Amino acid sequence: MSEPANAARPVQLVLGDEALLVERAISAALDAARRADPSTELTRIPASELTVGTLTELVSPTLFSEGRVVVLDSAQDVSNEAAEAIGNYVPDPVPGVVLVVVHSGGGRSKAAKELPATLRHAGAAVTECAKLTKPAEREAFVRAEVRGAGGAIDAGAVTALVESVGTDLRELAAAAGQLVADSGGHIDEQAVRRYHTGRADVTGFVVAEKAVAGDGTAALSALRWALHIGVAHVLVADALADAVRTVARVASAGRGNPNTMASQLGMPPWKVRKAQGQARGWTREGLTTALEIVAELNAEVKGAAADGEYALERATRRIAALRES
Amino acid sequence: MSTQTVWSQLVGQEPAIETLSAATTRSEAMTHAWLFTGPPGSGRSVAARTFAAALQCSEGSGCGQCSGCTTALAGTHADVHPVVPEGLSISVAEMRSLVQTAARRPTTGRWQIVIISDADRLTEGASNALLKAIEEPPARTVFLLCAPSDHPEDVSVTIRSRCRLVALRTPPPSAIARVLVERDGVDTGDAEWAASVCGGHVGRARRLATDPAARERRAEVLRIPTNTRRLTDAFDCADVLIRAAEADADEESKARDDSEKEELRTAMGADGTGKGTAAAKRSADAAVKQLEKRQKMRATRTQRDTLDLALVDLAGFYRDVLVVAAGHGERELTLNHPDHAEHIRDAARRWEPEAALRRLEAVLACRDAIRWNVKPRIAVESMAAALVG
Repeated sequence: MSEPANAARPVQLVLGDEALLVERAISAALDAARRADPSTELTRIPASELTVGTLTELVSPTLFSEGRVVVLDSAQDVSNEAAEAIGNYVPDPVPGVVLVVVHSGGGRSKAAKELPATLRHAGAAVTECAKLTKPAEREAFVRAEVRGAGGAIDAGAVTALVESVGTDLRELAAAAGQLVADSGGHIDEQAVRRYHTGRADVTGFVVAEKAVAGDGTAALSALRWALHIGVAHVLVADALADAVRTVARVASAGRGNPNTMASQLGMPPWKVRKAQGQARGWTREGLTTALEIVAELNAEVKGAAADGEYALERATRRIAALRES
Repeated sequence: MSTQTVWSQLVGQEPAIETLSAATTRSEAMTHAWLFTGPPGSGRSVAARTFAAALQCSEGSGCGQCSGCTTALAGTHADVHPVVPEGLSISVAEMRSLVQTAARRPTTGRWQIVIISDADRLTEGASNALLKAIEEPPARTVFLLCAPSDHPEDVSVTIRSRCRLVALRTPPPSAIARVLVERDGVDTGDAEWAASVCGGHVGRARRLATDPAARERRAEVLRIPTNTRRLTDAFDCADVLIRAAEADADEESKARDDSEKEELRTAMGADGTGKGTAAAKRSADAAVKQLEKRQKMRATRTQRDTLDLALVDLAGFYRDVLVVAAGHGERELTLNHPDHAEHIRDAARRWEPEAALRRLEAVLACRDAIRWNVKPRIAVESMAAALVG
């Protein structure tokens, strides 16, 4: 990865709780400091143990003015006095000392919650390390990883890699680095498939979506993967129930503008829009039967059936078949 | 409180009263364990409490005046130990400590009495813990168990065979109306109406006669069969049912949760200051956490009970439709909901008996589903969808 511009600033705020990105920001700061002064020392201290005295001690100039990097871990637990001391230190940092404040963005006390804003105002460099939640963000991350390792990756390969490795950024980063080394630079889908098989991340919602769309084969294969990686039966059953009731609810409410319907039905607009698409091909009788099936399934996965897996498969097949017919 | 004997609390249960009062006066008619069964609302736990009072009576067999009678009825007698499950089941731990209590000699009264209401909620382990104690209790100990009679099999056979059975019947409406007038001071018209629609449930009759909110809720539930014509109505109905149940649970937890927590914290010395209070605070926090768990269980129970009540009303409606459809014109029919006779006749004309039966079955299936821990919303919506048409 290219060197972040923040790395050499004397006060840095690392905001967020994605462990990999936080670690990278810290090591970037350390590397930058070591380039300036190879004898730079690293001191890490949990912010909950920080007192005004220790802070003064940590950031005061030393006799031979060696470089120093001080990392305050989990600054969301900082005490009021220490938070105030940090705030006072920032505008006038000691030369040769880099203070890295690692903050999750949360915090219990008022002072701890307001610390990031205070630091920002005082001119600290901010590195955002929030958890990546959207698939697109994850794909962008993979692309950046590959580029950083000196390779290239095509779109199909990105999708395949995210699908089979999952959402953990450490694993994604490691897999991307390894693939660049193994494939000699250019990664295509075939290369990904050679080293990674299977699906790492199938939720009940994927199964439910395929089932109400009437795609029995895809729903069943998604269900097998979900069970294989240990998704709880109850979660799949709940996802199926939710999908069926959403379609039934939206279909029975008739056509209309998703935004106005959303407030009537108590669902977010995107869900209404999606359900309107899925509702095509469903009859009223079909929906009534499907509601019955999911209610039955809910009891079955909670102990009414001898085999919860079979109950899930059967319900998935029946729901998909209701849509097809 | 009444001026007659304790037995006047039991509404319309003359045969049972005879058996029980004989047991209090003649030692050969007494035994060490009793199982009260009867339909919901027939007064099983009232019967058990009354029997306990009669046994503890210092004047004879339940005068209703002496301290033995009054304290046993009020639930404050030192030798009467009631077990009322607030959650969904009675645990082994609870039973084990109860068995120890039961082994003691009575302190002030004549008997050491243990009352287990809802014995059908004993878990398997809990009923096993009881077995030995119930089979050969100490000489002056009596066990009184209560269980709904529509499924007495819920009490394990090993327990059942060790008890003497007292079956309570559904009290006749006239008896219920009388007791509402005499004991609760309800006026005659309201009392008769409440007695006719309560399905033999004395407590429910009293609630309907005295609480306008309960009346409103019943009316709302009984509107469901006539109002569900399209699938979207079904979701609205389900919403009404679920929301009512949640509101009930909410109301109860609002009324009790915080004050209970506060009391517990005070009792455990949580808010002390100064040296040495940290340990007290820690243990208080742990106790509060346990209490919160119990409160959550109680909320679940309330929610399900309210929902079940509504479902029973609903099932009663479809039962009435079937009865009317099968009835022979002129004969006077006993309906569950005589005040909705108009709607019921109308529905009986519109639906085939098969359709009404299918709906009744959907309601009953929903009750079963909730007993199987199905999420209430899922179960109720599936039922409501089946009621459409």
